[in-house]
Amino acid sequence: MNAMPPAPALSIQGLSHSFGPQGVLDDVTFSLPVGRVGCLIGPSGCGKSTLLSMIGGLSEPTHGTIAHAFRHPVFVFQDPCLLPWRDARDNVAFGLKAQGVGRNERRCRAARLMEVVGLAPDDVGKYPHELSGGMRQRVALARALAIEPDLLLLDEPFSALDLGLRRQMQALVRRLIDQRNLTAVLVTHDLAEAVRLADCVFVLSGKPARLTARHDIARPFAERDDGFVHSEVNRLLSDPATARALAVEDMGHGGGQ
Amino acid sequence: MNWVRDRASRALDYLWGGWGAAASLLLLTALWEAGHAAYGTLVLPSPRDTVAALVRMGGDGRLLPAVVETTGNALGGFVAASLVGGVLGAMAGASDMMRRLLQPIATLMLGIPAIAWVVLALLWFGGSGLAASFTVVVTTAPIVFSGAAQGVRTLDGDLRRMARAFRVPGPMLVWDVYLPHMLSYLFPALASALALSWKIAVMAELLSGAGGIGDGLATARVQLDTVKALAWVLAVVGLLLALEYLLLEPVRRHLQTWRREAQGGDSAMTRGLL
Ligand SMILES: Nc1ncnc2c1ncn2[C@@H]1O[C@H](COP(=O)(O)OP(=O)(O)OP(=O)(O)O)[C@@H](O)[C@H]1O
Ligand SMILES: [Mg+2]
Repeated sequence: MNAMPPAPALSIQGLSHSFGPQGVLDDVTFSLPVGRVGCLIGPSGCGKSTLLSMIGGLSEPTHGTIAHAFRHPVFVFQDPCLLPWRDARDNVAFGLKAQGVGRNERRCRAARLMEVVGLAPDDVGKYPHELSGGMRQRVALARALAIEPDLLLLDEPFSALDLGLRRQMQALVRRLIDQRNLTAVLVTHDLAEAVRLADCVFVLSGKPARLTARHDIARPFAERDDGFVHSEVNRLLSDPATARALAVEDMGHGGGQ
Repeated sequence: MNWVRDRASRALDYLWGGWGAAASLLLLTALWEAGHAAYGTLVLPSPRDTVAALVRMGGDGRLLPAVVETTGNALGGFVAASLVGGVLGAMAGASDMMRRLLQPIATLMLGIPAIAWVVLALLWFGGSGLAASFTVVVTTAPIVFSGAAQGVRTLDGDLRRMARAFRVPGPMLVWDVYLPHMLSYLFPALASALALSWKIAVMAELLSGAGGIGDGLATARVQLDTVKALAWVLAVVGLLLALEYLLLEPVRRHLQTWRREAQGGDSAMTRGLL
């Protein structure tokens, strides 16, 4: 981290997007080096998920370019989106099946990955309705890892989990990212989560949304304790643009009910 | 090992559940016997006489051909209705325009009484088995159509997005995502269509006189032979029960392995099933 910054692996240039007449993103430019975790944060409805799906190639921006050399981007969503009619192992193997991997091999690999994400051997044959919320999210994570991705696109994957579980899953995901040298883009509402997990935080706000601030979090993940997260959150909020973007979000949540 | 034990215990469960069905059937037979005692043979022959008549019909070679004929008419119509209704329903579920185009036709066809279809079919096809099959198709296809349309329409948008994110190829999308979901809507529709197809086939045969159980019933009526009429009814009921407990119920149970989440209520998949 103290060496020269590596070349950008993901580079977004002047990206704008609109759905019909409604502009959603306006002139967004940023880049992210390989092996780093970037975090998109901003008020609800500002276009974070839209941006993420464009990075993953699911949709095209109206203007601007997204350049990256990743071969296998993969998504993890807030809702685990498991197939209710497949047991845990077959859900994990879903992406492998889509790639045409044979039945025995994909089941074998799926079982191994379930272990990696901390599922017990007897969870293998359980159907999604027999799993807890946290276990389902683990299955979804294993399904994503199964296709051996190089780019992990995480759309609020932890926000449906309770606090203890969220911390466990955050640590697991960051450990897997570091072990496998993955690059990741994480969407979140939670500045503390951003500070805990990310190497770069990108703040989006406005309508249409622009990139209003960016912050680097230099300290290695392993050394980020609660005290660090707390003081770092305060540091980020002392930046007026960031504070404004995230305060708007609170108002939006309160007023939207 | 676990799997075998699971299967075995489920099969036992199923057989055990059969006692309930047997008990209710026996109760019905007792009521029938009581009715016979009260009103006499001319109105309601005894269960024993009816069964004897059925056995006699089996013996002199009238039962089996009739059952085969009716089954053929009903199944032929049912298969055609499932294909037509399923494909059109899936299209209607996938596209709003198709739905607006097809839904009124389905509603209209459902509104026409089955007996009216029989009359029309007889005029168009004459007294052949084709009339029965045709009637089955037009009366059951709209039922399958609605089930299929609902199945496709209610497919979770999130699941579709997930499948797209994993670059799932078309055939797998249909087989692993669309079909299983559709089946949970389609199966109840197919089950009622299948049961209905037998009744409709018998009705059409009764009027066309081209063989089958319905034809037998018509003859019994002309001869004022209540025993024989009841024996034919028994044959239809036996067929339907066999269908229900040997085919439909096991499939229903199989589908339920992943569907017991109903209590949780957090999934769109289980709404409004069975
Ligand atoms: N397919 C679509 N068609 C039209 N408008 C859309 C579409 N998808 C998203 N939008 C609009 O684009 C805007 C951004 O949506 P997006 O889901 O990207 O927001 P978000 O930042 O992820 O919000 P949240 O934090 O609530 O998930 C919203 O105003 C939304 O209404
Ligand atoms: Mg979103």
